[in-house]
Order: sequence, then C-alpha cells, then structure tokens
Amino acid sequence: MRKYQLGEFEEVVMLTVGVLYDEAYGVSIKKEIEDRLERGVSVGALQTALKRLEEKGYLRSREGEATEERAGRPKKFFQITALGKRALEYNKTMREELWNAIPKIALDGKFLGK
Amino acid sequence: MSRPHPPKLPLRFFRWFCHRELRDSIEGDLMELYGERARELGKRKADWKFTKDVLLLFRPGIIKQMEGYQPVNNTAMYKSYFKIGWRNLVRKKGYSLINIGGLALGMAVALLNGLWIWDEFSHDKYFTNYDRIAQVAETGIDPIEGGRSIGLTMTYPLSTELMENYNQNFKRIARLSWEVDGILSNGEKMMSVKGFYSDETMPEMLTFKMIKGTRAGLKNMSSILISESIAQSIFGTDDPINQTLRINNKSDVIVTGVYEDFPSNTEFHGMRFFAPWSLFLSENKWIEESAATDWRNHFIQIYVEIDHGTSFEEVNAKVKSALKFDPSDQERASKENKELYLYPMSRWHLYPPSYQINNYNPIAMIGLVGTIGAFVLFLACINFMNLSTARSENRAKEVGIRKTIGSVRSQLINQFYTESFLVVLFAFILGLFLASFFLPWFNIIADKNVVMPWKNVWFWLSGFSFILITSVLAGSYPALYLSSFHPIKALKGSIHLGKSASRPRQVLVVFQFSISIMLIIGTAVIYQQIQFAKNRPVGYNRDGLIMIYKRSADLDGKYEVLRNELLNTGVVTEVSESMGAVTEVYSGNNGWDWEGRNPNIDENFATLAVSHTHGKTAGWQFIEGRDFDLSISSDSSGLIINESAAKVIGLPNPIGEPVSWEWWSDKSLVMNYKILGVIKDMVMDSPYEPIKPTMFFLKGLNGSTNWINVKINPHSSVSEALPKIEAVFKNIAPSFPFEFKFVDEEYATKFAKEERIANLISLFAILAIFISSIGLLGLSSFVAEQRTKEIGIRKILGASIQGLWKMLSKDFVLLVFISCLLAVPASYFIMSEWLQNFEYRTEISLWVFFVTGIGAIIITLLTVSVQALKAAYMNPVKSLRSE
Repeated sequence: MRKYQLGEFEEVVMLTVGVLYDEAYGVSIKKEIEDRLERGVSVGALQTALKRLEEKGYLRSREGEATEERAGRPKKFFQITALGKRALEYNKTMREELWNAIPKIALDGKFLGK
Repeated sequence: MSRPHPPKLPLRFFRWFCHRELRDSIEGDLMELYGERARELGKRKADWKFTKDVLLLFRPGIIKQMEGYQPVNNTAMYKSYFKIGWRNLVRKKGYSLINIGGLALGMAVALLNGLWIWDEFSHDKYFTNYDRIAQVAETGIDPIEGGRSIGLTMTYPLSTELMENYNQNFKRIARLSWEVDGILSNGEKMMSVKGFYSDETMPEMLTFKMIKGTRAGLKNMSSILISESIAQSIFGTDDPINQTLRINNKSDVIVTGVYEDFPSNTEFHGMRFFAPWSLFLSENKWIEESAATDWRNHFIQIYVEIDHGTSFEEVNAKVKSALKFDPSDQERASKENKELYLYPMSRWHLYPPSYQINNYNPIAMIGLVGTIGAFVLFLACINFMNLSTARSENRAKEVGIRKTIGSVRSQLINQFYTESFLVVLFAFILGLFLASFFLPWFNIIADKNVVMPWKNVWFWLSGFSFILITSVLAGSYPALYLSSFHPIKALKGSIHLGKSASRPRQVLVVFQFSISIMLIIGTAVIYQQIQFAKNRPVGYNRDGLIMIYKRSADLDGKYEVLRNELLNTGVVTEVSESMGAVTEVYSGNNGWDWEGRNPNIDENFATLAVSHTHGKTAGWQFIEGRDFDLSISSDSSGLIINESAAKVIGLPNPIGEPVSWEWWSDKSLVMNYKILGVIKDMVMDSPYEPIKPTMFFLKGLNGSTNWINVKINPHSSVSEALPKIEAVFKNIAPSFPFEFKFVDEEYATKFAKEERIANLISLFAILAIFISSIGLLGLSSFVAEQRTKEIGIRKILGASIQGLWKMLSKDFVLLVFISCLLAVPASYFIMSEWLQNFEYRTEISLWVFFVTGIGAIIITLLTVSVQALKAAYMNPVKSLRSE
C-alpha cells in the first residue's frame, strides 16, 4: 500500500489550498482551480474531496466570517496540516525520482519521432 | 436592489440531504456562487447552474447519515438484531421448529395451490394468437338442463357459408375433422395416434412450432404434418421430410413438416398429426355427396382467427346470420333461440361447454383450490401469530432491562420485527424446498404438469411481499405493544396481561380447528359418496373382460372367424360385438312405440346394437325372459330391455310384447321388435346418474357395432391369455393394432375425477389438522411453562395429578369443542349442497360428524396432555425454585 493516499484531484485541491494560503475556502478554491488549470470543477466534487482530505488529516478547517452575499452563512477556510505537507512532499519526490529515472533518450526519441 | 434568490426546491432538497456539519459552509459557497453568476450570466442560467450543483452534491460524502447515530454504530446495531434474533431461535429450538415448520408447510401448500391455479389460467396460452382464436359454436336454450348450452360440432354448409360470404370478417378460417384415431404406418413401423384432418390455414392459426419443414405443409392432398414424438418413434434419427406414411392402411401421404408436440396444458394436447382437408373429403365421399348441403348433419369443427383490433363481440354480431336451419328444424331452433357463437379460446378450458354434464366446473375448482390454499396458509400464520404473542409475554422483563440500559423504543421495535422476519424467511426457504420436493407427487395427484417458476420475476416478488406482510402481521403485537412497556413496571413484574390478552388467541384457535374439522368432514363425505357410487350394483361382470375398438376396416367381415379362433385358444369363454364400449351409452333415440304408450311423451331410450353373444360376454343378469339365441332365427328382431326401460314401458308382462322404432328423420324407416327379456340395470354411464332406459337389439337404425368384447376364461390368468388373444388378432388382421382396454379399469376411470379431488382435499385436511395441532402443542407448552409456579404451589397444597391435568387441558378441549359446534352445521350445509350435484347420492350420516368431532377432541387431548402431564409431574421444589 502506498504510504500516503492522495489522488490526482485531491493533490490539485491541496496544492490550491496551499496557493491561496489564508484565503482558501470553497468558492475561492474552485475559482483558482478553474483559472489555473482551465477545467470545470463542480461544487459537489470539490466538497467531497475537501471532506475526504480533512478526514485523512491532510487539511484542517476553521470557520470564518459570514457575509451578506453568503446569505449569512460562514466561510469554511482550509489549511494544510503537517501531515498534508508531508504527503505533498512525498508525492513530489516520488514524481521527481521517476522523472530522473527516465533515460534521456526515451524522451528525446519521442520528440524526434514527432 | 434586492438580491436574486436561488430556486427554492433545490435549496430545500439540499438542506434536507446535506450533512449537518457541512451544510452551512457549503450553502454559503452555493449562495456566493449564485450571486456572482446571477450578476454575470443572468438569473435563469444561475438558477440552472445552482440546480446542477445541488444535484452533483448529492453524493455519499455529503449526504447526511441516519439521524442520531454515529455511522459505525448503525451496521453494528443491525448485526445485533440478527444475532439476538438468531440466538432466540436457537435457544427455543422446539418452539422455533413448530413455528418455522408449520409456517413452511402452510407456505408449501399455498405455493402448490398457487401454481395449480396459475397453470389453470395459463391453459392454451401456448398459442400465439390466444386472444384472437375462437371456435364457431351454436348456443341455445337447453330444453332439459335449462340455461344456455354450447354445441361445438357444426354442419358443413355453415363452414361453406362462413368461408364464402363472411370471409372478410376473419383473418383465417379453418375446418377441422372430428378427432381421428389414425394408424400411421411406414413399412413395418406402425403407430396408432390421434390427429385431425384440417384446412391448410390451421398450422398458421395455431402457430405450430415447426421443427422441420414449414407451416404451409397441408396444401397438397397427399401431405401430412406430424408431431415431433411421432417423427421420433417412426423415423428415429432419419430425416422424416419427404418420407411416405400410410394412414389407416388406405391413403399414402408424404411428410411435409414436423411440429413440436402441443404441451399438456393446451386443448390440442395429444394431437399428433394434421392431414389435409382435401384428403378427408376424398376418404369420406359421403360428405360431398350428401352432407355438403345438409344443415342437419353436424360433424365438423370450425375455428376462426379474427383480425387485430377487432373483438369477438363485433365479429360475432356481423357473422350471426351465417347460421341457417333446415326447414324442419326451424321451429325448434327459434324456440330454443339457437344462435351462432364465437367461443373464444380463453374460455375453452375454464368454461367448458358441458360441465353440467360431467360435474366438473373448472372455475369452481379453482375457487376451491384457492380457498383451501389460503386457509391452510392462514392456519399456519395463526400459529405463528399465536406463538409469538404468547411467548412475547415472557419477554416483558427483557424489554425492561433493554430499556434501562438505554434502548430506544424504535430499536426494540426493530428487534422484534427482525425476529419475526427471520422466522418467516426461514419458513419461506423451507417452504420452497418442500414445494419443489413434493411437486412431482402433487403433479400426479392433480394430473398436472407444473414446474417451479424459478425464473419468474412475479413469483419472487409475490414471495417476498408475502414474507414482508406475514412478518409485519405476526411481529406487530410484540413489536408495538411490548416495546411500550414502562421499564420499571416491567422489571417489577407488575405488568399483568390478564385473561383478555389471550382472548384473540382463543378466537384464532377456534377458527383454526373449525376450518380443519370442516375440511375433514368434507373429505369424509366425498369419500363416502365415491364409495357409495362404487358399491352401486353394476349389473354386469367386469372381471377379465377386455374390449377392443375396431379402429380400422381390417376386421370387417372377419368377426365369425375371429370369434371361433379366439374360442379355440381355450383362454376365452365368449366373444361379442357391441355398439359403443361396455362402459358407455353410445347412442340414444326417440321414436319408440308400444301398446298403451302415452302418445304425448316421446321417450328417449339408449339404443345399442349388440351381437348374439353379448349377454353372455358381459354377464347380463336376467330378471325375466331370455337372451338372444343363435339357433332361433326370429331372434333377429328380438329386443332385450333393461329394468328402467321396462318401467318406462310400464307393461305388467313385457315379454313377447311388440315394440316399434321409427327413425326420426325418415318416417319410412321402421323397425319392429318383440321383447325377449328384461335384464338388471347396468351402470354404463356416470355412476352418479340414474340408469338410462336401454334397448339392446341385433339390428337397429342407428349404425352397427364398433367394439369387440372378449371375456377371458376365469380359470386362465390374464397374463397367459393376452398373448394368445393377440396372436389370434395378428393372424387374422396383421395390420390391425391390437389395443385393448380392461373394462374394470375403464370403469374405474369414472371415479377418477372425484377421487382426485378427494385425495387432494384429504391431503390438505390432514395438513390443516396437523398444523393446527402443532400450534396447540406450542400454545399448551407455553401455558404450562407460564403456570409452572402455580402448579408447584397447587401440588404442595395437595393437588392431584389428574386434577392438574384436567385444569391444564380443560381450556383447550373447550376451544376445540366450540370449534366442533361451529364446524358441524357449516359443513353439513356445504356438503348437502355439494351432494345435490349427484342424482345417485349418499345420505350424510351422522356418525361422520361424531367421529370427526371426537377424533378432533382426542387429538387435542393427546397434544395438550403431553405438556400438561409434564408440568403436573414436575417436582414442585424445582419449579418453585426456578426463576
């Protein structure tokens, strides 16, 4: 079994939470992902991912202010936990190791072929 | 500016399903997004996107869990329901056995009955055009029985009329001959089978499932369609197509197709060949010579298929005028209101035209079987309810403790429902096993060919809905009532359910036993009636008498030789010919006259031609006069009459009296007879009907003999005699298939139907009383258990064993006694009604009621006493100490 369970979309969400730092809540995360990655994100998918990440202990949340445009509902801000940071780092190193392990010729050859 | 509002319905839906912890923040997000979108894209698009978002949020991570519980606890709780339910079942093994076993039996019975009924209703559905096929029939007011009768044999000109002038009303019309007993032969291979001659449209109409060849196989006069079973037994593995077959040693035909045999629940079951209509006409020249325009001669069947989108009523109205009558019949036809009637296929089996005659009414039978099945099942359910309510009183303490520890009421309710669900589920599974195990046997008794519909969705749906309904019904009392107990009261033991709590139980027991006793009395009366009819003096000797139907012309003119040869074998005492079998009244006619006849009444007599020796062969018992004598030539105009005929004729001394017979359609045909003898009445027709006045003669106006009867020598065994008899037949007519019937066996079939019903009902009656008894066993053991302490104290104070036994048994015996009082008059009433169906019927004897009632009470005493005595013999020290 893998050491840290982190899916592709979950990783994107976590990284975005990191990018937004103190301003990461539902709508802002959704917009950030949509802007940067140019892909549609449904509220449902995002919220499930956030809930799952929180259950795994990679994110923690706190309640924020309630504004008029939110019809008096509080914002829920997310932050990466230490465990979450480790999981991200693990994923990153794993990926780098894999990148480094590719012989140069494989990639070059491919580009040449194109 | 007022802020736009998101659509209400999705929002409410979201609030309803969303997890409480997530609800506020997500709703905030949704609102924020909605506000933005409404500004940028307009309200409509924002509404739409909002709805979409809500729907996409409806997913496992976000939907709330069941109210009030932590998610983990939930499954554990269900697991516990089943575990505790299972433990309760295992702890009280005897009780569970009674409960599950009884219920399973009831379910098996209900299942079998259900299958039977289902099979009855699926009759003829094998045919694709089921809804659109009808047989052309004639209805009219029955002058004897009253009500409308249906006649199915039609005249030839009617078919011509329908086919030529009314053709546009039908999709197809097909004529069919009478059921033909044909001998099909191919070289050495020979088979005697039933089939029809029919128009070439018949295979399409009945959507024959062709195995080889096509449905268009009857176009040519020398062609034939045969069933798969025949193809197998005549041609084996060879290809039957284009092979030659000979029908009745007369016509050669070529096999043009093989169809799948019709299954047993179809009208045409056992019809193994269809030969072309043109062949029928050419084999029966008389049809075109005289019958083709005769509106009196009924001898063919006509089937029609109507178009899609039309109804039988519509078509019927349009073709009504096709039915015409011979001028001489016109008056009677209009008096009897004779009409053409399209008799739909869906009614053939369930509403047969002649059920009044043979006492078999399928719809009534379905009602009977359905009622009995429902009752037996209901009895089993009563057991289940009684036992679970009775036992649940013992569980009041358990309820108290559970509540103290912190059970919520709904959990207790679930607990009790789960237990009853478990029992019903086990019972259902066991019932399925029982039913499929006994199905072959049931098929034999019921003369059916039913299979378990394992693959039928409706079967499973009804099964499972039944499980649910029963478990809710039986589980509701403990679930709803016990769970309402106040824990302190329940633990203190101050809850007394008292006498009134057992009242419904007593009512149910009385009901159970009333039904069981009624079923038993019913069975007894049916058996009595059958026995009564069986004991009826038959008037002839059936022992060692065999009869052979002359199905082909091979034996014509060879009778004398045959008789001599048979007598020469030494195993045969006498041989005779007769019109119709010994066990049937083949023909009846009016037109008889004698001295002193009441001129206003034209009596109908059975008119049967026989050969000289028939009296000796069949064993006629003479009251007066003598038998035909070969050596007296004037005997050729002799007449032997039976007692009933003698009574009708009413002459004090009938021997030697002249009697004449005039043919109904041709007054110039008259036979003059002299009465030679009077014989005892013989049961030839239904044993439940009065004997028909009968005339036996050597030569009559209504045709000739068609059966050969052989009396086997009583000193030689049948197994020894039969091969010798067969050899004689083979020798004289090699191509004649020697097929014979034992008269006694044939006679026994007259009782088959009633016996089948009796066997079925007796089976159910036994099951009913068994189920009721085991229910009583459970109840009595429960009562004894409840009163353990009381019994202990009574014993210490000096109660005797008999006294205790009486005390414990009394209540139950009283209940059964009440049941008897209810069941006896009810069953007397029902069974007297039933006996009215039979002319020749037994009286219901009182001892049936006595024996049944006393039997029921004895069974009750035995069941109850086991428990009562066990309780009474118990050591009081032990019973008082027990807690």
